[in-house]
Amino acid sequence: MIKEFRLPDLGEGLTESEILSWKVGVGDTVSLNQVIAEVETAKAVVELPSPFAGVIRELHEQPGTVVEVGKPIVSFEVADDAGQAPSGAGGTSARTEEAAGEVPAGPAAGPAAGTPQREPNLVGYGAVVESTGKPARRPRNLPSTGPAEGVAPVLVPAPTNEAVVEQAETVPLTSRPAGSPHVETAPDRPRSTPPVRKLAKDLGVDLSDVPGTGPQGLITREDVQHFVDGLSTGAAARPQAAASTGATARPGARETRTPIKGVRKLTASAMVQSAFTAPHATEFLTVDVTSAMELLAKLRDSREFAGIKLTPLTLAAKALLIALRRSPALNSRWDGETQEIVTFNYVNLGIAAATPRGLTVPNIKDADAMSLVQLAEALSALAETARAGKTPPADLSGGTISITNIGVFGIDAGTPILNPGEAAILALGAVRKMPWEYQGGIALRQVMTLSLSFDHRLVDGEQGSRFLADVGAVLADPGMVLTMV
Amino acid sequence: MSTDVTGQGGTAAPEDAGHPQEQGRELVQLVTPAGERVSHPEFDYWVRDITDEQLCSLYEDMAVIRRIDVEATALQRQGELALWPPLLGQEAAQIGSARALRPDDFVFSSYRENGVAYCRGVNLTDIVRVWRGNASSGWDPYTINMATPQIIIGAQTLHATGYAMGIQNDGADSVAVTYFGDGATSEGDVNEAMVFAASFQVPVVFFCTNNHWAISEPVWLQSHIHLADRAAGFGIPSLRVDGNDVLAVMAATRVALDRARRGGGPTFIEAVSYRMGPHTTADDPTRYRDANELEDWAAKDPIARVAALLERRGLLSEGLQQQVKEKGDDVAREMRTGCTTMPDPEPLDVFRHVYSTPNSWLDRQQDHYARYLDSFGDPAGAVSEEGAR
Repeated sequence: MIKEFRLPDLGEGLTESEILSWKVGVGDTVSLNQVIAEVETAKAVVELPSPFAGVIRELHEQPGTVVEVGKPIVSFEVADDAGQAPSGAGGTSARTEEAAGEVPAGPAAGPAAGTPQREPNLVGYGAVVESTGKPARRPRNLPSTGPAEGVAPVLVPAPTNEAVVEQAETVPLTSRPAGSPHVETAPDRPRSTPPVRKLAKDLGVDLSDVPGTGPQGLITREDVQHFVDGLSTGAAARPQAAASTGATARPGARETRTPIKGVRKLTASAMVQSAFTAPHATEFLTVDVTSAMELLAKLRDSREFAGIKLTPLTLAAKALLIALRRSPALNSRWDGETQEIVTFNYVNLGIAAATPRGLTVPNIKDADAMSLVQLAEALSALAETARAGKTPPADLSGGTISITNIGVFGIDAGTPILNPGEAAILALGAVRKMPWEYQGGIALRQVMTLSLSFDHRLVDGEQGSRFLADVGAVLADPGMVLTMV
Repeated sequence: MSTDVTGQGGTAAPEDAGHPQEQGRELVQLVTPAGERVSHPEFDYWVRDITDEQLCSLYEDMAVIRRIDVEATALQRQGELALWPPLLGQEAAQIGSARALRPDDFVFSSYRENGVAYCRGVNLTDIVRVWRGNASSGWDPYTINMATPQIIIGAQTLHATGYAMGIQNDGADSVAVTYFGDGATSEGDVNEAMVFAASFQVPVVFFCTNNHWAISEPVWLQSHIHLADRAAGFGIPSLRVDGNDVLAVMAATRVALDRARRGGGPTFIEAVSYRMGPHTTADDPTRYRDANELEDWAAKDPIARVAALLERRGLLSEGLQQQVKEKGDDVAREMRTGCTTMPDPEPLDVFRHVYSTPNSWLDRQQDHYARYLDSFGDPAGAVSEEGAR
């Protein structure tokens, strides 16, 4: 029996090697593992040991030739039952030998003649199958029967006017059923499955041209086949070129894939954890903050605040800290493990910050013990550090309550998601000039909306409402602080 | 350098001459390269029970694992294995240490300790399973008390230290032994493992086979002191032993095991050996190292050394040599057959061995994947059913 030895992948992922020399000649008898050749790969010069004991029948490649991995390089004549049972047991030993690395001698041999087979026992022979194109499991013939009319939408033949060729770009659109909703609402990659995508690719079909009949517009194998059948039956009405434009290439990628990692991944995990652990309740309050803005302007001019950055956020933060004294429940944490509610007697005030790396929520430690000057300084330092991406990890943990200043983006209100482990988060809207009720009339006032989300496990509507009302009261009339401290 | 201790035939190996790490520290040796048994005041005690018969058995094991190595290398060249990391030259380090272990000790090795696995009684087919690409893990670690080889350099030292912490918690007197190379001592994992091992004084032996080359990087470039001396920085006692001397390796391992069993904490052993082959079958060492160096070390071959000792004692009979050769050939044949007749893994095998108990999440994935695979099926019967997928 003739056995071939195909060039294996001698390194890790090599595709070819050069035969440097043969150590044996045709007619030589070799033993198992006897060195038969010297081969140079991109990585090393190696000796090839014979995989069989037998007689060399043919050397397929000359020294100096670069050979692709998987190509036969030498044929052996080996005893039919080499190394196995005594002679005569050809039928049974053949199976064993096949498993031991036998290569079918002729094209008709092997379980599936004509289809490319991966040599099951020779590592590195994947290249052979690869080069023939399609995986063995993939169907090679497609049913050419017509579409089942009742199942799939009937394709509308392309218009048969003289401008057909110019209209080639629009043909796919005309071939879509008018009422199919997914056509209009699928700007992304058409929904399908990998095997069907592969089929479409093999047939040169652009899936975005194929109407899907599966659930939610999923494009099925049948759809692709119907589409192809439609193209071939409509060929008479259309130049052949139009068929190929079924795979209209559109400029640019249809989707961009960004690996989920880093801050995005952390943010996502924190948001999911928070949103699906703490039952959120959100309340809104729109406040006339004109007085607070006037106070801000006054403070900016004062000597004490010279050179210090004062913003609506500064005042809102202070208002929150003051209001928190009357509603400590907002400054607490649900400890599910110990079944305890932890009420903090200090405030680590988190400020959501958009940084180059994504959203972070650094916090100001013991913000409740700070004067307004200290708080203003801490806020600007925190923002600068965060924007530079230099927030130390300690500043990112241990927060007790947070503020998110969506007003800087010109937004009025929203439902903020709690920073995990905290009971409340306050979103500050933009300060806008609005017609507002003022002293019994309508005046152009500076108005801001506060959105407060709280963990409803810890905070009842009453506590949340009172807290939000307190924050609003301070911002509406900073003098109200006198009633709270 | 004290030549009668290092046993380097009266002259220092020329490539080592200028490197400080070859100076100073005692290299424990009980058998010289010429096969002469030299006495040692401290370490003789630890191999006093080794009979002639056991010496022959050590010789056999070393020869057999070299034979395994030759066969596996050939299997790779024949395309039956994707890769193989040869152990040629390190037989004494592996057999001397592995034979000192108790069955209840636990081994955490690198990918080169196939000789250790052989001593632990691994099924020969299981050794090559991973290298053939047929499984992500070759055997059940608890059947032979040896974890499957770690590919990540040095990561197994952490596993061993953690396991040793478990032994300590159990109050047992077994020991975790971890094998790694000279290159691994530069890795963070190994250093962390040694910090923890020293902090908790756990029963772990750090067995470092210094084979002089971390792929193409020579050990002297990595360390200007002996690797054994690095252990002192962690407060771990260390031994520097001739890694090509099977008796010295066994003695040193027994010292370390004894200390660990008595609650004396970790020990670091530097077995000074040489990787006589390539790093793996994908490597060509002639591109980066001097042929003279290989020649020098070939003169210190660990198997030739035991053979010479046996010869001096009149034990190296033809019968023994024949027996050893036959054993090696049998083992090689068994491994080759096991390798070439190994069934290919099925696509769904990827879901096996993920969890020890049923897991609905994984079951669901498996079900989806099975259906996905089915969707490649023949279109004649499957279109209507599979089409919607």
